[in-house]
Amino acid sequence: MEIKYFDKKAETVERVQLRKLQLARLRKTVDSALKAQFYKSRLKKCGITSGKDIKSLEDIKKIPFTTKDDLRETYPNGLLAVDLEEVVRIHTSSGTTGTPTVIHHTRDDLESWTELVARCIVASGASRKDIFQNMIGYGLFTGGLGLHYGAERVGMTVIPSASGNTKRQLQLMKDFGTTVIHATPSYALHIHSQFAENNVSLEDLKLKKAFLGAEPYSENTRRKIEEIYKIDVYNSYGLSEMNGPGVSFECVYKKDMHTWEDAFLMEIINSKTGELVKDGNQGEIVFTTLCRQATPLLRYRTRDLSCVNPEPCKCKRTHRRICRITGRSDDMLIVNGVNVFPSQIEEVVMKIPEVGTNYQVYLEKEGALDKMIVKVEIYSKMFKGDVAHLDRLKNRIREELHASIILRPHVELHEPGSLPVFEGKAKRVVDSRPKL
Amino acid sequence: MKIAQISVFLENRKGRLYDVCALLGKNKINIRALTVAESEDFGVLRIVVDKPQEALNLLRANKFTANFTDIVAVEVDDRPGGLARILKLLQSTNINVEYMYGFVEKFSNKALLVFRFENIDKALEVLKKNKIKVVRKDQIVKI
Repeated sequence: MEIKYFDKKAETVERVQLRKLQLARLRKTVDSALKAQFYKSRLKKCGITSGKDIKSLEDIKKIPFTTKDDLRETYPNGLLAVDLEEVVRIHTSSGTTGTPTVIHHTRDDLESWTELVARCIVASGASRKDIFQNMIGYGLFTGGLGLHYGAERVGMTVIPSASGNTKRQLQLMKDFGTTVIHATPSYALHIHSQFAENNVSLEDLKLKKAFLGAEPYSENTRRKIEEIYKIDVYNSYGLSEMNGPGVSFECVYKKDMHTWEDAFLMEIINSKTGELVKDGNQGEIVFTTLCRQATPLLRYRTRDLSCVNPEPCKCKRTHRRICRITGRSDDMLIVNGVNVFPSQIEEVVMKIPEVGTNYQVYLEKEGALDKMIVKVEIYSKMFKGDVAHLDRLKNRIREELHASIILRPHVELHEPGSLPVFEGKAKRVVDSRPKL
Repeated sequence: MKIAQISVFLENRKGRLYDVCALLGKNKINIRALTVAESEDFGVLRIVVDKPQEALNLLRANKFTANFTDIVAVEVDDRPGGLARILKLLQSTNINVEYMYGFVEKFSNKALLVFRFENIDKALEVLKKNKIKVVRKDQIVKI
């Protein structure tokens, strides 16, 4: 098999060299982190006042973990390590209690992100000859813009179609002979289910590859999508705190995802004890940015569960691979590629006076897509006997949820006392989607 | 005269309407008029009963979400055009009808219709001025 690289030197660097590079970059990162309000006081407490205090990569253990809560509490500028003038873009993600998290990017940050994504694209065998349809959210969500700039860097012909509007997606695929798509696995399945309705058959398309990510999926789902489309599917992993996509990606061998270790220092920990686990064992991924200027993050706990595959890869890339993400160490839900915390839903429904004390969230599959149903009990004192009023209430809940979690769930009104009551920890989320 | 209709919130669950009717029946409360307004996943049962306060207390004690709504029960000539005559009158005086439905039984030789008006006081005034009979609270019991 022919192996192509975007940056052969960086991607196939000797491990010894890579570790030297990591140490130099870690020291630099600590130096820039010290310019951010949050890290200045935190690092001081553990006796680190300069990058020079990090003598070896093992010294990273002296630095405490950074959590999503830290990101929320420092919103908007507590983690900013450069002058705001240097910042050329901001990405935010929704937070669990209405406080978002923010990542600032300098021009160099965007440049480095773009290169990492370009490496991923070329690793899959795609090239400037490909027509790339980017069917994932643009805007504050990092998936769209991340792949967009990476694909342009590679020289692909980019169709920035974003997500949704299946009919138009199919039209674009047909008219422009799209060869590579980027989507969530559930959207890829959904699009296929709409072929007949839109008079499209596989023969009308020139599809060869799909980059699928933003939500966990199983090896079986990959095989199924490869089979129904007759294409190769490459797994993509990323998170907005680490730029977005372009963190880990499969090469042509489609066996686990190379993580760009010259940009991200990777640790796998036991999420209960915080201790490192051995390669091959499952744990929570912890990343330290090695190239980021505006928002350096030290030992960021991703809450994503995976394991390291340390075996050398046939593609000769020396960057270690991680396995498919198998779950989360917190209660975050991933619904059609969107991250949602149950507490965000609670926050919204509980501030509406017509809603009683109980609610439940149901997740199920409707065709290939996820369907979210939010069931709320109405507050009996607010019931005036008016149907229109209740319909307006439903819409209001829906729209307020949409403003908070991006999704527009189905809302059901229930009688007070009709939803299950729990003693102790309430089981608010019923997820009947098939397990991976 | 205003009459108290009872509105009951019903979630979309098997047997919920039966539960209400069975409860009222067991407690010798007679339904004189009823309708169900339905939405996608819930409904609102509207009933006029002989003993409204007793019925509301009973429903609430049994954990139903229920409330009074003021309505007017109007006597309508039981012949073609009878209802149209009243609606024309309401329309010409700018009185909006939110919803309406019929009684099960008759009271005289006239048909009985329940009206929910946007502005109930103005509606009563217009009806009175035009000598259109409305049903009194005590009459509901005797039907």
